[in-house]
Amino acid sequence: MIPVQHFLLLGALLFSLGVYGVLSRRNAVLIILSVELMLQAVNINLVAFAVYLAPDEFVGLIFALFVIAVAAAEVGLALAIALRLFRNRTTANVDEVDSLRW
Amino acid sequence: MTGVGEVAAFWILATITVGSAVVVALVRDLVRAVVALVGSFLGVAGLFILLSAEFLAVVQVLIYAGAISILMVFAIALTPRSARDNAETAMRWLALALALAMVGLLIAVATVTEWGPQAKEGFQETASAIGEALLNRYVLPFEVASVLLLAAMLGAVVMVRED
Repeated sequence: MIPVQHFLLLGALLFSLGVYGVLSRRNAVLIILSVELMLQAVNINLVAFAVYLAPDEFVGLIFALFVIAVAAAEVGLALAIALRLFRNRTTANVDEVDSLRW
Repeated sequence: MTGVGEVAAFWILATITVGSAVVVALVRDLVRAVVALVGSFLGVAGLFILLSAEFLAVVQVLIYAGAISILMVFAIALTPRSARDNAETAMRWLALALALAMVGLLIAVATVTEWGPQAKEGFQETASAIGEALLNRYVLPFEVASVLLLAAMLGAVVMVRED
């Protein structure tokens, strides 16, 4: 069987790509896409740990399911916020939304 | 269980997943980014099958590759002018440095740590076991998740309503 480290390295790569995307993008929708990448990386790690290190229990799979459910809720709300933002300010760029800045 | 096919499948799926993720993180066109993200989701679903978690793979394809990507396409279609001029912020090199530091740290931790005895084979059958666990031991988080989804749905509807 493939060693668990392979999956962990894949998760690390995916998570860092997500971090880069979140920090370097200015379009709100692209930031949400990168957040999804990070959640995917976490899910890969959870499932890999569940399969390799605790094969009698299903805690990791349950956790991954909840991550998917929360991600679905998060995407719905975040896209609604992006849409509202676009309607009010006609931009989806997060760095142009600085009303609270002094 | 260890075979050439398994190793080859892992590397092919990992290449698809990470390659699509690189496209998501770099491309400036929103629709292309979403298509690449779907590729990444499907690659992760394949990895779940490789890890013998078939139920999660099906959930992944249904929810991520199906529902969430459609939602994102709708969001892009409803914000027409946002599809162009998506240059990175001035912080992109700082972000790149941070991401590289993070991947280095994670890889170091993953390779240095002694992970203990690893199972020689995956799960036998996951769907029924997950169902029983969700409705016995984890019934409270299950219900909380349904309340969360309801609240998120109502919030999204209220937020984008025309006033």
